Parts: sequence; C-alpha cells; structure tokens
Amino acid sequence: MTAQQLSAPQKLVLRRPPGAGTILFRILVGLMYLFLLAPLIIVVVISFSSNQYISFPPEGFTLRWYELLPTKTQFMSGLQTSLITAGITTVIVLLIGVPASLAIHRYEFRGKAMVSAFFLSPLLVPSIVIALGLVLLLGPMGLTNTYFSIILGHIGITIPYLMRTTLTSLATSDTSCEEAAKVLGASGVTVFRRVTLPIIAPGVIAGGVLAFIVSFDELVISLFVAESGKPTLPVQVMRYVENSADAVVAALSVVLILFSVLIVVLVERLVGLRKALN
Amino acid sequence: MSVTDTALIRGVSPSDFKGSGELEKARRRSDRRITLALVLPGILGLAVCFVFPLLFMARMSFNVGEPNGVVHETVTLETYVRALADPYYWKVTVDTFWMGLVTALLCVIVSYPIALFLARTESKWKGILVALAIAPLLTSAVVRTFGWMVILGNQGLINNTLIDLGFIQTPLVLSNNMTGVIIGLVEIFMPYAILTMMSGFGQISTQLEEAAGSLGASKAKVFTRVTLPLSLPGVLTGFLLVFVLSISTFVTPRLLGGGVVQVLATEIYDQATGLLNWPFAAALSMILLVLFGTVIAAYTAIIKKMGFSS
Repeated sequence: MTAQQLSAPQKLVLRRPPGAGTILFRILVGLMYLFLLAPLIIVVVISFSSNQYISFPPEGFTLRWYELLPTKTQFMSGLQTSLITAGITTVIVLLIGVPASLAIHRYEFRGKAMVSAFFLSPLLVPSIVIALGLVLLLGPMGLTNTYFSIILGHIGITIPYLMRTTLTSLATSDTSCEEAAKVLGASGVTVFRRVTLPIIAPGVIAGGVLAFIVSFDELVISLFVAESGKPTLPVQVMRYVENSADAVVAALSVVLILFSVLIVVLVERLVGLRKALN
Repeated sequence: MSVTDTALIRGVSPSDFKGSGELEKARRRSDRRITLALVLPGILGLAVCFVFPLLFMARMSFNVGEPNGVVHETVTLETYVRALADPYYWKVTVDTFWMGLVTALLCVIVSYPIALFLARTESKWKGILVALAIAPLLTSAVVRTFGWMVILGNQGLINNTLIDLGFIQTPLVLSNNMTGVIIGLVEIFMPYAILTMMSGFGQISTQLEEAAGSLGASKAKVFTRVTLPLSLPGVLTGFLLVFVLSISTFVTPRLLGGGVVQVLATEIYDQATGLLNWPFAAALSMILLVLFGTVIAAYTAIIKKMGFSS
C-alpha cells in the first residue's frame, strides 16, 4: 500500500521521499490512533486537574484525587473483593482448563471436536444472558451476593481464554522432546512436569493472566449476582460514575490503567500479545 | 492435580511401547480413563456455571411474571408475545439492532486505516504500535466509558472547546443520547476490529498491488481496484464481530445513555433488578440470544468460507 512497498524493486537503488498520498495516509492513521486512545488520555489529564467538578479545561495541577483515593472505602473494599474473586477464579480455571486442554490435544477420543467447542462456547453467549441465568439458578438457593456466586459466574466466561492460549501453545509445541523423555524411561508425571509444562508455560501463564484480567474487569455478571452483597471494583466504579461528579474515579482509573499496562508488558515479554489474544 | 498425575503415569509408561495385543488393549482402556479424568472437571464446571444458568433462564421465559417477583409457573408463550407485540419493547429491540449496525459500520471504517497500516508497515515501531492498538482492550469498559463521558458531556472537552473558540453558544447534546453511546462503542470495539481485519489483510498478497502499480495504475487506483476489494472479507468479519459485541453490551448504553437510551441489555437489567419481573427479563434475554446467535452463525460461516483464522 505504501510507497515503499509499491516500489520495492527500486528501493535498493534509491530511497524516494514518501509521496503526498503516503503522508495523508499516515496522518489518517495518526488521527484514528488519537480517537482510539482519547478516553484514556483524557482520564489521565482529568486525574491531575484541580477543577472541583469534572470540566474542561483544567485550571491547575493537583494530586488531591490520588490522595483521596485511599479514603474511599467503597473502592478499597471493591478492590479486595475483585482481587479475591479474580484470584480464585484464575486458580480454578487453571486447574480445570490445563488438564482439559492436554486431553484435547494429546489424546484421541470420541466427541473431541464437540468437547473443545463446548469449552469455547461461553464466548458465544452475551454475558448479560449468563448473568440473568445465574441469578435465577443461585437466587432460590440463597447463594447470590457471595464470593461463590461471582467466582462461579467468572469461571464460565474465563475458561475459553485460558483454553485458547493453552491449546495454541500445545499445537505449536514440538512433541519430540516428550517422546524422547518417554523412551528414555521418564514417568508420565515427570514428562508432564519436566518437559510438557515448561514448553507450554508461556501460553498457560498468558492464559492465566488474561483470565485474571477478564475476571477483574468483568462488570455485568458481578452486577447481577452480587450488587448488594459483594460489589466488585467495576461495580463500585460504575455506581460512583453514576452518582458523583468529581475526579477521584479518574485517579482510580489511572491506577488501573497502569496496572493493565504492566500486565500487557509482562504478557508481551512472555508470549507476544497478539498470540495471546488470538 | 494428583489424580491427573497418576493417570499420566499409567498413560505413558515405557511398557506401553511394547506392542503386544493384550498390552495394546490395556493401554487404550487406560487412555480412556486418563482422558475422562482430565476432561471431566472442566465439563462439570462449565455445566454448573454456564449450561445450568442458560437452562434455568430458558425455562423461566415460558412462565408468566408480574412486577415485584411474582412468578406463575406455567408453560406458555405469553411473555414472548407481550415482549414482541408491545410497541415499546419492539422499539427497544429495533434500537438495539440499529445501534449494533451503525456502531459496527463506523467501527470498521475508523479501524481500517490502522489495520492496513499495521499489516503492511515494516517500521521498527510496529510492535509498540500493535500493542497501543490492543492495549485499550485490557482496560475496563467502565473506565473508557467514563473517559467518553468527560469528552462528550455538556461541560466536556468538545463542548467547552467549541464554546471557547466561539463556534457554538449552547453545548451540543453529545451524551445521554444514542449519539454518545455509539461514539463510545465505536472506540471501545476498535481493538477487536483492528485485530480481525489485520489477520485478514495479512493474507492478501502484496504482489497483486505491485503488479497493478508496475502496469501503470495510480496509487489511488491500486487501492480502490485491488487492495479494497481483496480486503473485504476481513472487513466483513470485523463488522460482524463488532455487531454481536455491541448488541449485547450493557455498560456503555447504561452510562453514556444516561437512562434515556434503552436497549435489550439495559432493559433486561431493569426488568430483573428493578421490577423483579423474571420471566419478562428471561424472554428478552432469549430474544437477544437469538439475535446474537444469528449473527454469530453468519460470522462463523464467513470465516470458514474464507478459510482464515481470526
């Protein structure tokens, strides 16, 4: 598309300056990036703005909103709930998802295609529909508004992410090492622990991290099953945005954005982000 | 993990490689046991947290409910009839559909340049630019919707800038209506569209473009006659993906819609947690599920036909 590519053969001879079309295209790309990143940039700006209420332009610089953050008990308790539920969800999903991926990839059995489709199927259903179903299932048992209800809901929607990354790394891994270990007399556990697991570890970790993020950011299921009992951080943020007009929530958002950036960098280092998301 | 481990020991012990008939049969039997032990926890888990809720919801939609949680156990289509015959709920369904359609259309248009650029660039910044395009995906939709409320509000960035520059006297109504919701959704789903279209663009051979260029076609012509037509399958899958994501979304219509915009998701929430009319909420969910399923089926069919992975 760009000039460089169209003139690939000549490129070695002389490097022409980019034409007007190329420059226009780059400006367009830049503008689209600006649109894509606008809400995140604005949240950062607002979090340092000294305006009493959220408005533009900022009249001065302040760290007040960050100082207020620890005093907002609803955010602190929401954070606690979110960390507990996302943590437990991730552990459970790893414990049931990795063995299932292993079975799907390393063993032959009837109905394999169906089983693997089944594990990915929660992605094909709107989470609000699952959320309503969970309330109808757990409500009569008195289990709504508990950690249990949130974790149960989040297991279903995070399993596909873990299975995808684990299956991808199983598919791209070389099985010859496993076979060599077997031939040399290693037991099954040893083969899994010393050979298979280290090979697929990046995919499993990326999947676990994704499962944690998806669970941590999930709003709709938590809202339905635990709004009044155990509100998670996204639920608290939503309530705050609906009812208040100060910038504390912007400061909180910046902290959460930094948290995500940290994780993105981590995952990118481990496996490459695109691979993890596909 | 211990069940899995012992199962694995039996599965791959060295004796398995001596291939007499008896051993072969024993190996197959133990393989089957191992597979079951590995898969069963996952299947049971998913049954409890995914299949049962859906079944309960489907069953509930055939009951008749009244506000305040009164449910009459029966099997009837009455609730569906009410949901689809009432002009108000019919409008909610149509609005949901339109919101998805417009969002998806705008989203692929604004994502196209970025996707094309990322698929073709040989810049050393490519890794970072790809990460920047996807990173918003990893920040909560609540946070990004909040950002849009700040940009689009009456005291927001756009309105105050335009007023200060003297272009307008009264603020434009950009939030608490469908316009605001669609602007927010377009941005929120851009990373999905970019990812899907990038994998589509990656499959287009650049040789055709080079051939057209060397045969004398202008760059604009190469784009409209070669690149654009070849990229349409990727655009279509991106469009359908954003379409399904936006018709089922809750946060953005709720917050940026300011209670004025009612779509299926917000209506389900109000019926369930506000009015406690469970059968009605369930019937609306079933309608959403059918709408969603139809688009997903089209999406899968296209991906299969075009033969590219997303």
